[in-house]
Amino acid sequence: MSQVNRLATGGRVDRSQPVTFTFNGQTYQGFAGDTLAAALLANGVDIVGRSFKYSRPRGIVAAGAEEPNAVLQIGSTEAAQIPNVRATQQALYPGLVATSTNGWPSVNTDMMGILGKVGGKMMPPGFYYKTFMYPQNLWLTYEKYIRKAAGLGRSPTEVDPDSYDYMNQHCDVLVVGAGPAGLAAALAAARSGARVILADEQEEFGGSLLSTRETLDGQVASEWVDEVVAELAGMANVTLLPRSTVNGYHDHNFLTIHQRLTDHLGEVAPMGMARQRMHRVRAKRVVLATGAHERPLVYANNDVPGNMLADAVSTYVRRYGVAPGKQLVLSTNNDYAYRVVLDWLDAGLQVVAVADARSNPRGAWVEEARARGVRILTGSAVVEARGSKRVTGARICAIDVTALKVTSPGEVLDCDLIVSSGGYSPVVHLASHLGGKPTWREDILAFVPGDGLQKRECAGAVNGVFRLGDVLADGFEAGVKAAVEAGLSPVEGSLPATEARHEEPAIALFQVPHDKPTARAPKQFVDLQNDVTAAGIELATREGFESVEHVKRYTALGFGTDQGKLGNINGLAIAARSLGISIPQMGTTMFRPNYTPVTFGAIAGRHCGALFEPKRYTAMQSWHLQNGAEFEDVGQWKRPWYFPKAGEDLHAAVARECLAVRNAVGILDASTLGKIDIQGPDAREFLNRVYTNAWTKLDVGKARYGLMCKEDGMVFDDGVTACLADNHFLMTTTTGGAARVMEWLEIYHQTEWPELKVYFTSVTDHWATMTLSGPNSRKLLAEVTDIDLDKDAFPFMSWKEGQVGGVPARVFRISFTGELSYEVNVQADYALGVWEKIIAAGQKHGLTPYGTETMHVLRAEKGFIIVGQDTDGSVTPDDLNMGWCVGRTKPFSWIGWRGMNREDGLREDRKQLVGLKPIDPNQVLPEGAQLVFDPKQAIPMQMVGHVTSSYMSAALGYSFAMGVVKGGLKRIGERVFAPLVDGSVIEAEIVSSVFYDPKGERQNV
Amino acid sequence: MLHIFCPHCGELRSEEEFHAKGQAHIPRPLDPAACSDAEWGDYLFFRDNPRGIHHELWVHAAGCRQYFNATRHTVTYEILETYKIGEKPRFTAAGGAEPQAVDQGVTA
Amino acid sequence: MQRYSGFGLFKHAFSHHENWQRMWRNPTPKPVYDVIIVGGGGHGLATAYYLAKEFGIKNVAVIEKGWLGGGNTARNTTIVRSNYLWDESAHLYEHAMKLWEGLSQDLNYNVMFSQRGVYNLCHTLQDMRDSERRVSANRLNGVDGELLDAKQVAEEIPYLDCSKNTRYPVMGSTVQRRGGVARHDAVAWGYARAADALGVDLLQQTEVIGFRKENGVCIGVETTKGFIGGKRVGVVTAGNSGHMAGLAGFRLPLESHPLQALVSEPIKPIIDSVIMSNAVHGYISQSDKGDLVIGAGIDGYNGYGQRGSYGTIEHTLQAIVEMFPVLSRVRMNRQWGGIVDTSPDACPIISKTPVPNLFFNCGWGTGGFKATPGSGHVFAASLAKGEMHPLAKPFSMDRFHTGALIDEHGAAAVAH
Repeated sequence: MSQVNRLATGGRVDRSQPVTFTFNGQTYQGFAGDTLAAALLANGVDIVGRSFKYSRPRGIVAAGAEEPNAVLQIGSTEAAQIPNVRATQQALYPGLVATSTNGWPSVNTDMMGILGKVGGKMMPPGFYYKTFMYPQNLWLTYEKYIRKAAGLGRSPTEVDPDSYDYMNQHCDVLVVGAGPAGLAAALAAARSGARVILADEQEEFGGSLLSTRETLDGQVASEWVDEVVAELAGMANVTLLPRSTVNGYHDHNFLTIHQRLTDHLGEVAPMGMARQRMHRVRAKRVVLATGAHERPLVYANNDVPGNMLADAVSTYVRRYGVAPGKQLVLSTNNDYAYRVVLDWLDAGLQVVAVADARSNPRGAWVEEARARGVRILTGSAVVEARGSKRVTGARICAIDVTALKVTSPGEVLDCDLIVSSGGYSPVVHLASHLGGKPTWREDILAFVPGDGLQKRECAGAVNGVFRLGDVLADGFEAGVKAAVEAGLSPVEGSLPATEARHEEPAIALFQVPHDKPTARAPKQFVDLQNDVTAAGIELATREGFESVEHVKRYTALGFGTDQGKLGNINGLAIAARSLGISIPQMGTTMFRPNYTPVTFGAIAGRHCGALFEPKRYTAMQSWHLQNGAEFEDVGQWKRPWYFPKAGEDLHAAVARECLAVRNAVGILDASTLGKIDIQGPDAREFLNRVYTNAWTKLDVGKARYGLMCKEDGMVFDDGVTACLADNHFLMTTTTGGAARVMEWLEIYHQTEWPELKVYFTSVTDHWATMTLSGPNSRKLLAEVTDIDLDKDAFPFMSWKEGQVGGVPARVFRISFTGELSYEVNVQADYALGVWEKIIAAGQKHGLTPYGTETMHVLRAEKGFIIVGQDTDGSVTPDDLNMGWCVGRTKPFSWIGWRGMNREDGLREDRKQLVGLKPIDPNQVLPEGAQLVFDPKQAIPMQMVGHVTSSYMSAALGYSFAMGVVKGGLKRIGERVFAPLVDGSVIEAEIVSSVFYDPKGERQNV
Repeated sequence: MLHIFCPHCGELRSEEEFHAKGQAHIPRPLDPAACSDAEWGDYLFFRDNPRGIHHELWVHAAGCRQYFNATRHTVTYEILETYKIGEKPRFTAAGGAEPQAVDQGVTA
Repeated sequence: MQRYSGFGLFKHAFSHHENWQRMWRNPTPKPVYDVIIVGGGGHGLATAYYLAKEFGIKNVAVIEKGWLGGGNTARNTTIVRSNYLWDESAHLYEHAMKLWEGLSQDLNYNVMFSQRGVYNLCHTLQDMRDSERRVSANRLNGVDGELLDAKQVAEEIPYLDCSKNTRYPVMGSTVQRRGGVARHDAVAWGYARAADALGVDLLQQTEVIGFRKENGVCIGVETTKGFIGGKRVGVVTAGNSGHMAGLAGFRLPLESHPLQALVSEPIKPIIDSVIMSNAVHGYISQSDKGDLVIGAGIDGYNGYGQRGSYGTIEHTLQAIVEMFPVLSRVRMNRQWGGIVDTSPDACPIISKTPVPNLFFNCGWGTGGFKATPGSGHVFAASLAKGEMHPLAKPFSMDRFHTGALIDEHGAAAVAH
């Protein structure tokens, strides 16, 4: 199909490179350099979507980030789907597949449109708050249909084939926007030697200079752009980022830039490339040269395709060589809009008329238009667009701007394009992200950036400076200032000459009056994406929504993907008028990141999947893998959970492993336990203060179990600490608690007791630990060590240094299973070799590797707790029946002692840890099951505790559990009940929590 | 993303390297046993939580692992100063000089 | 009160919607009220509504420094559930849940309470134990709850990555099917309209700058519009509670932190329930408008700035993409921050204070929205009688001195 709206000449597109794409199933052609929107307009595509609420046909309105309608679905395969792509910001690439997001059966003939026309009358803002309430149980059904109708594009349902990354950047000056102000600023800052980043959201630098009819030094403005970009590109201190949107301005001059590396090449990134990148920039200074968005006028039926922004049409004509129509009508209140008239005439097309709300405009561009024969109707405006799927005419009436009344019956002029311009809204978004309120300037009828916490300058249109010559100068000055503030010397420079021209001010006009009251006139759209009308805003204020945030929330003004870039100022002007207050009194809503939407994947970067969080493995990982271990996540560690043999499930494997330890010997990889090396003359005193029990008398060569509490008296970690030398201890912590405990020790040392001479070093990763446990462990270990293992020479709760497997080792004789046990610690580098030697030597001793599950069963049989499983942050040592571990007479009031002696800590009916023995020895209580004394009571039941650990014991031959029960230690022998989800109840006897070898003989042989 | 001057490292570093640890200058009572339950509860849980100048404890967790204090404004998030444990803040809510950027570099 | 209905909409369409009444008045303050509520958010407005409706106290003012529902009511992720671990919490939140069920009809305002189910995913064996414990407790407390295994989770939550390839594979999930989401703004507006209709004065743009005491007893509030007398004063100012307590002369065990959230662009339905993961650290639902509504934890520092740090947003989206890899190409539209008043045990404070006749309801942290009706109801009862409602009693400030905390941190329940 031919490009019906492509001009014969002009534009920056490469006519030698045709690009084929499809839209709604139809194939079209554009040129390299087109945006998707330009290519659609070139092909005469009027309707790009249907509106959200009323299903009205909508066309392209703008040429940039402010576009509300051309929000399309892109993607030829399921995995490559991209929802809600703004066609005005998407470069055309060969094979691009785009579709509209709403409309059935098609956007051109949409059945919902009929519904919208009829039902639309019943859908004022907030209508959903007023209905769908009855019957109560139908809301989920109503909601299903509402949800289906809402939403724009759709998410892919397959996994993203692309990857994303981010980059940290530091610079002296970050310049945001590469239009005239931004280029001048970047030039000034770069020449001073500053490290400069220049970021712009478009495909190429230049901004408005790429399409302006104004000249620089008498040349086409883009020639100056080429020169400046070439100069900047040649400087080592400058980073140029095209296709890069600065989307958030955060505290302490931290900004994020969303760079689209490959979106202009295709829907999926080429092999080896990240699709998008986030730059996380810390800038000493920022120059915001973000420009301004043209504001449309609000008039009746202003949403019919063929209603566009004046500037946008200039851009399509001059930059893309596309004329989105034949006969143009302009409605405006300012001089700048006349540029589109001149551009349109230059393209050889017809300007039907200009309606200027001002009574006697005499600016240079106005006069030029007049001189070229353009009919200018002053004191007038387009009050209503005609046409349904495309503009067919414009009704122009004389208006009284002050009284906001139509003062003449007016005339209807045939045309196919109405462009409007109500002035310019500076893009104050980034400047306001830290909460700085924009300030209203009546002279330019716009909000400009207010004071903020940002170390930035604003330059050009965002600053309320609109004349090209002034914009360049403002930009250069801002660049110099930013560089100086960043510590560099100022430079001087010459800027190109601009055309001198007489300009006249605009007149305030937002909503154009209609002969009917707003509520009865045809719809006058304020926010096109959300179908918010002037009547809707008036209704909201009438119903009592008087704050700007209330108006926004009640009408959905500015809630779209464009975040109200076109509509917000008009909307609040209308609200202010309805309430009889001024625009600055009304104020703006909060500006929040993002300026334009950012891909989730880009923000997540590489930190997904395998890199979501590091996996920590022990030195023996390869052996575990080779031997079929199943793994459990414990903190960041992957720990062997159990080692199933062929045909074994968890229970079978654990039963086998348990019996092996009880009857022969097992080996556990315990390397993940936290290990903290503590040295210094006050190390012992420090231990006294952070552990609940006493450490004064622990001799060199001995080890002791310790409990750690927080200041509230609740248990927070535990472990065995050994005395290596008088001033030297090795503390072990739980696997998950290692980092927490380390920080805990440091905070007390650094903030409370800096006078204590003690030093902490985490050595968790330096030492690997293998636990040999079981009656055969001594015999086995003897084969691989030179340490004297005689029970008197090396008694329980002591440690020795020596060789194990031929390498230096520390061996601790401590036990978490109740069996004779040795924990062999060697340097992690040697650990795999030592492990393999032990495994080899263990063959004849019945050595069995076991995992965490078996460890849990064995320790529970002994009543040993696991912090985090048997405790939950509300449990004191006494609650655990571990009063033996509480140093009640220690001189220093150690951490937790005061806390556990508060009123609530001394209650007799606190939940206490006890053993639970199911009456039916084959029933295993579910871990977590709640306990009651009376299972027959009505719900809500009085719960008295819960099961914390529960297993089937192969060694005991029956099921057993530990749990907390109110006043449980005094209830030994009584019964508790666990009412289960399936309605059954498990009955259990409260018993001692030590089930196996209660006298502790086996570990002490 | 705050930019925090670590007084131990002598460098401005990004917030990701640090952890906030709550209000500063809350010393552990020297004689906990002498505290009533109420006093102990105050020490454990009750904080000033001001809207404005806040002295707070931070740790350079992914750096030197040292603790230090910061004087930060809880509305603007400006950091007026950071200082080592045991030192006194130069800026307090009670007044003194109008807060000025300190010589530690760009923090706001 | 003008009654809302589908028929009403139809009727008003003929008069071009020109005859809708104001939802609430803009009254002039009276010199003295029976009860003053400080804070016109959801909790405050609900309190006023129940005072007037349930307890016959209609001479009530709600004093709001900004606009109604403009604090955390306007900035939360709208999740409603009652599956808390501890009895005290479960009873309170379940009380709220029962009021949610029927709230639209009670207020004649559609708050769009959508009981689409709330899932709390489990990724470790300890998660499973904690979830079993919580579901077991919930059921015995009369709160619905189920524990699902990985296979059931995969069937019920499309597009959730339940494979073994994730960093922390999904092992199961709890689900509370009565949980869901509601339209946050509508909750504030619905309560405001209904309270106003019962005679409650809603005083917007009025800031409380002090509490007036006589013989140590609170007798009213100083405001930017002058003194307003109140026989009882209830303060419900969320993140600003610490500041208010300071004005009243005491401290609270609270810290105000930024809590950030974000939404995607609106897309067609893809997430049909609320999915939360504590281990991976993110949660997600989809609004009726099509936005994915996403949140995570608080920022670590105290802050009243209604904004937090970008790193938190990164971590949150990493979690979401880890859970739902298909969402990687969806785009984030907007982020924001609220100010949440966090307490040491992640439970609220509904309490008398050292100042007689001055009551506080605060410390809801990240989880206040879901409690709105229940919080309002029990606080209204307490203000009406001058004695704390039985459900509120365990949430007294005293617990931070006696040590009788209700530690939802230590439990598996996610505090959102």
